[in-house]
Amino acid sequence: MKFTTLVSATALAVASTAFVGAAQARDQVQVAGSSTVLPYASIVAEAFGENTDFPTPVVESGGSSAGLKRFCEGVGENTIDVANASRKIREKEIKACADAGVKDIIEVRIGYDGIVFASQKDGPAFTAFEPVDVFNALGAKVLKDGQIVDNPYNKWAEFNADLPDVDIAAFIPGTKHGTREVFEEKVLAVGCEESGALKAMIDGGMSEDDAEDACIAVRRDGKSVDIDGDYTETLARIDTNPNGIGVFGLAFYENNTDKLKVATMNEIAPSTETIASGEYPVSRPLYFYVKKAHIGVIPGLKEYAQFFIADEIAGPSGPLANYGLVSDPELAAVQASVANEETMQ
Amino acid sequence: MTDATLPPETAQPAAKTPMQPKSLYAIDDLTRKRNAAEKRFQAYGITAIGIGLFFLVVLAYAIISQGIPAFSRTVVEVEFTLTQAQYEEAEGTLFKTRAYEEIFIGALTGQLQDSGIETPVEPEAIERIVGKPGGTIREFFRENEDRLGEPVQFDLAASSRVDGYMSGRITRESMTDSRFLMKSDLDLVDNLVEAQVIKTVFNWPFITGADAGVDNAAAAGIGASVVGSFFMMLVVLFLSLPIGVAASIYLEEFAPQNRFTDLIEVNISNLAAVPSIVFGILGLAVFIQFMHLPQSAPLVGGLVLTLMTLPTIIISTRASLKAVPPSIRDAALGVGASKMQATFHHVLPLAMPGILTGTIIGLAQALGETAPLLLIGMVGFVARGYPEGFIEGFTEPNSAMPAQIYTWAARSDLAFTEKAWGGIVVLLIFLLSMNILAIILRRRFERRW
Repeated sequence: MKFTTLVSATALAVASTAFVGAAQARDQVQVAGSSTVLPYASIVAEAFGENTDFPTPVVESGGSSAGLKRFCEGVGENTIDVANASRKIREKEIKACADAGVKDIIEVRIGYDGIVFASQKDGPAFTAFEPVDVFNALGAKVLKDGQIVDNPYNKWAEFNADLPDVDIAAFIPGTKHGTREVFEEKVLAVGCEESGALKAMIDGGMSEDDAEDACIAVRRDGKSVDIDGDYTETLARIDTNPNGIGVFGLAFYENNTDKLKVATMNEIAPSTETIASGEYPVSRPLYFYVKKAHIGVIPGLKEYAQFFIADEIAGPSGPLANYGLVSDPELAAVQASVANEETMQ
Repeated sequence: MTDATLPPETAQPAAKTPMQPKSLYAIDDLTRKRNAAEKRFQAYGITAIGIGLFFLVVLAYAIISQGIPAFSRTVVEVEFTLTQAQYEEAEGTLFKTRAYEEIFIGALTGQLQDSGIETPVEPEAIERIVGKPGGTIREFFRENEDRLGEPVQFDLAASSRVDGYMSGRITRESMTDSRFLMKSDLDLVDNLVEAQVIKTVFNWPFITGADAGVDNAAAAGIGASVVGSFFMMLVVLFLSLPIGVAASIYLEEFAPQNRFTDLIEVNISNLAAVPSIVFGILGLAVFIQFMHLPQSAPLVGGLVLTLMTLPTIIISTRASLKAVPPSIRDAALGVGASKMQATFHHVLPLAMPGILTGTIIGLAQALGETAPLLLIGMVGFVARGYPEGFIEGFTEPNSAMPAQIYTWAARSDLAFTEKAWGGIVVLLIFLLSMNILAIILRRRFERRW
């Protein structure tokens, strides 16, 4: 019967492909993780495929935590070789890795990423910006007239006359983003301390830990909006809100200078130079982590890691810097540690 | 009848309002009311269709008007000579494609300076205009080493910003100077357009090419992910159609009616309503972590989407089997056919058009699905090239059209947003051709009774 032959032929074909697929060895490097590192990794992966005889690596997105979780699933061809992260690996994650048999991890710092505040091109200019201002505008509890109160401010000019007299509307990265952590640490916590709110909270009877947590809490009355999507979503929000101010990565801002106007921080405009020199305060290192057990098993893995941090690629005149990565002044040390396959302790 | 009893009887109709004899053509209140209700209902219907059509037109207009620029590209047409010595030197470096770019930019700058173009020609400006031609140049000379030392005609993709200027996305007024493009570069571009060095041509590489790095928007194409989608649909079709049809024939024609089959039925209906991301989680756990199938492979994507499509196919197949009149089965059984013969020779052919419709709806749903693919690693920089062969098509990492569109929409260079819209146009064309195929098949299978 025609129908039955069709069914059996199909079943056979599918079964055989499944079998072949399972039996086939993987010959390309498999990378996953941070969506902040993804653009750089995709540039490197493309160049690696074009410039070597190895196949182009696969780079998946998904976020630092998701990437590291998959990285720590174990050793073997069906696990990823490299995890991209926009933050350092946590102790907890190292332990989870070790429990699953991933004991030797090579940490590679690829450079720094600047975090910038930007508003609509035609909107008001935020020039006299300092962490204190961001804290006053966005903190859940702020210091006003010597008292810790629920954030009472509606306009920027209410606490700093140099800022525009417009409604506060901020679009900040959601909690699932690695960028949020940097924003909390380098902007909110710093602003909290500088404004004296931290001291006032501790004096008011809070423990230090609680006060620090209270410092990085963001107001929830709609003036600050968490963006869980990508920077393109933040850009779309800024596009429709002339008074809005958004948090972006430096590379994203530099790619969209015709739509965005950058806010200075402590009167320093963000650029690869000011971030490299440390003048611009809000930046963070970017990493990727390599599974040492896969070196020599997956062809091209060590070569990929070395290619990524070569002077020609990650150096100040390479394509990564051209895209917006702040290159690491200590790149040579990183190169040496990758060449020697130095693992984390 | 007596007179005494008459008055009350005649009084009764007199008490009611006397029925006036009326023409059927005259419309009474009740009829008017019913007619008005019908008119109103028709008006609601027309409004609903109108709203639907309006949004369809708006959507189609948005997609087409924003997607069209993706189908044209700006090329720099130049003659370029690479000497054996330059070739060997470039091959000796680590970042070979960059070395070729530098040689090419130097050569083009010299060529333009000699050609008497009015605007000053700086190598930096040329670099911003030509984008990243290194890959194309290296690939060409690696394959054609005999062409070294002689002039070769190249059509190289201009950078995404120049492309944006040519397609009107970037204008002199809206742009600001950046290291990607300066206003002064545009004068040079205008001159090169006049000199026929820069041209706009149909963007074949967009349709046939693979994804590119985020700094190389001009080279990105959707071809590889179309192939990925195609292989996924093959898996879905060849798994879900036989399994789905077999399951529904058994449930509809053979299975006894009891608690157990009822439970199965309820579960199938519920499965159809499960969010697709759940199937992704299941796929990751079962197919990749337990069965050790390759990551990011269309085979796994197809398996996951098969699970998602099965309920749709089973439900529609059962509905179309039910729609075949029992008299057909009775007639077949009556002339001595077995139950299986009655089903396969008579019921199934009549139900075929309905089954095909259900299958196509299921496949179309699967084709547009992104969420489960997120979890099995098909989102990101994955569609890097074509598979090497038929079997590799199932097992080599690849992306799918909706996943590729999603990836592009999140990239910072706005040229990728344009690509995403173009990708949607390609996705719709793929979908339309699938539907047309279904209609043709349905016409061929259609039988009347």
